[in-house]
Amino acid sequence: MPHDHHHEHLSPSGHPYRPDDDVPLTYWQTMEIAMRELLIEKGVTTAAEIAQQIGAMDARSPADGAAVVARAWVDPDFKARLMADGSAACREMGFEPGALRLLVVENTADTHNVVVCTLCSCYPRNLLGLPPDWYKSRAYRARTVKEPRKVLAEFGVELPDDITVRVHDSTADMRYLVLPARPAGSDGLDEAALAALVTRDSMIGTGLPRPPE
Amino acid sequence: MAERVRVRTRMPPGHVRAPAYLRGKTGEIERPLGAFGNPEEQAYGRFGDMRALYRVRFTMAEIWGDSAERPEDTLDAEIYEHWLERVE
Repeated sequence: MPHDHHHEHLSPSGHPYRPDDDVPLTYWQTMEIAMRELLIEKGVTTAAEIAQQIGAMDARSPADGAAVVARAWVDPDFKARLMADGSAACREMGFEPGALRLLVVENTADTHNVVVCTLCSCYPRNLLGLPPDWYKSRAYRARTVKEPRKVLAEFGVELPDDITVRVHDSTADMRYLVLPARPAGSDGLDEAALAALVTRDSMIGTGLPRPPE
Repeated sequence: MAERVRVRTRMPPGHVRAPAYLRGKTGEIERPLGAFGNPEEQAYGRFGDMRALYRVRFTMAEIWGDSAERPEDTLDAEIYEHWLERVE
């Protein structure tokens, strides 16, 4: 039994306490605080506006991306527009994709796409919300361009050898959304039910949509 | 036939968005993306002159040689024109 004896550094649930972050601020943390305080002091913005903007960023979720994918599954004309100009098609649905251009890559019977940003953590935040921590990890960034099949297998996506893997390194001004293949057996579902099958990872390429119940 | 290009091999200091693992590698232009402000200048507070940006497709065999997981798999990256040279 792992939890039947007591250690002072463990919480009642048996897990270690997170250490206090009693470390000095980094250069950039200090710079951010100084800049923020100056902008508030000079009346350019207010603390409330900043908090509101952080709230708006945190509130974004992969649901918007899932709605776009479901629309593309049911509406071939929309899908054509999405593939031609991802940003414009998203605006059409009322989603603001931001200044960076959205490029949609489609998974088909013979192609699987996966997105990575080796240089930093470029991610279509406006459509998918904040990126998962692993997306920003050195291991994901370094390994996905070198051994994508092994990485995908660790995510539970085992690809047969006759499927081509296309890795997209998001190095500059594009942001990428994977359009996953519509799952088998989803013929009778409406758009909302289809959107519920679309996972965040399936739009990064590290997962597949949920099979319909 | 798609245009073949090689990523330049220089190693300048500063903010550069041409990944080091692709320098010296040859690929095909997958599509032109239009012109964008040069990030190598934007990173230092200048507006940056507009530079054509291309999506270049490399095979895993080209990037990793014999250690490629599956040689025919591909990698696409966005590379600015001043980092590309045409391969005849």
